[in-house]
Amino acid sequence: MILNWIQNITNKEEVAKMDDAKAFEQFKECAVKVLGVSPEQVTMEANFAEDLDADSLDIVELVMELEDSFAIKVEESELEGVNTVGGAFELVKGKLA
Amino acid sequence: MSATQRTVLITGGVTGIGEATSKALLSKGYRVAATYHSRRAQKELTDFGDSFFEVPCELTDPDSIDAAVTAVEQHFGPVEILISNAGVTDDTLLLRMSEDSWARVIDTNLTGAFRLTKRVMPQMVRARWGRMIYVSSVVAGMGGPGQANYAASKAGLIGFARSVAREVASRNITANIVTPGAVTTALTDLVTEKRMAEMTSAIPMHRVASPSEIAGPIAFLASDEASYVTGAILSVDGGISMGF
Repeated sequence: MILNWIQNITNKEEVAKMDDAKAFEQFKECAVKVLGVSPEQVTMEANFAEDLDADSLDIVELVMELEDSFAIKVEESELEGVNTVGGAFELVKGKLA
Repeated sequence: MSATQRTVLITGGVTGIGEATSKALLSKGYRVAATYHSRRAQKELTDFGDSFFEVPCELTDPDSIDAAVTAVEQHFGPVEILISNAGVTDDTLLLRMSEDSWARVIDTNLTGAFRLTKRVMPQMVRARWGRMIYVSSVVAGMGGPGQANYAASKAGLIGFARSVAREVASRNITANIVTPGAVTTALTDLVTEKRMAEMTSAIPMHRVASPSEIAGPIAFLASDEASYVTGAILSVDGGISMGF
């Protein structure tokens, strides 16, 4: 019983991890398409302006692409302070539940 | 893609300057979608057959704009050239101008252009190509007695268009302004004879323009030849605004 329960939790965590990886691949595709960067450049730590040479219009375009790709809606205010790929991905992930 | 196959959306494209512009662009082979408010397109435009499409649109209503642009997209594909042309006047001296008169003219002429631009811009950004053309007026710079609302709306278009021009220049999208002077249209028919005489006497060319004389410069800004023109004000006014 308890073993099952633990097993269940572990599975859930694994599923969540896999979903994360899949979602990040999808995120990466969007970034590569819109920003014209190589997939290797799209790391969690990458800073949009400094590492990916993205200006404010690029970021708005990326958000539009992500909205279409993930069927989500991102408000203007939510983008404040989002400077890295990791930050943007967390924002998207938070809307996927 | 051949320039002449591009899709144009022109508001108020079935009367006055709009009708002349639709006709000029259709003659050059563009596909033209024209919005109308009350009067439908005449034979001159409908004779162009499949290249011409007309759709009702209320510029003060974002849902109506969305429906109109969606209909155009379904018919012709994404809008590549936007000509924001439709406008209203509600002339009266400021001392007598109501809050409602002010708001209605600004909402239609200026906010309408904002709504339209916002609706068609994503597709232009994706396509990395686009043309925004705003039909302003000579009164934007000169002012006009009885036209505080209209002049403010038309001057507002200049700041708006130039902001748009800066925002999307990197995407090969231009935004330009045409400022017609006095033109023989339904709107100028409303101007009193005395005022019209005053106006023509001040025009270096001593006459008002025909709508087709405005259509030509608008068609230029829509063309591939105008690819490096952005944020410009093209005065088409018989010289009346020289020095302003």
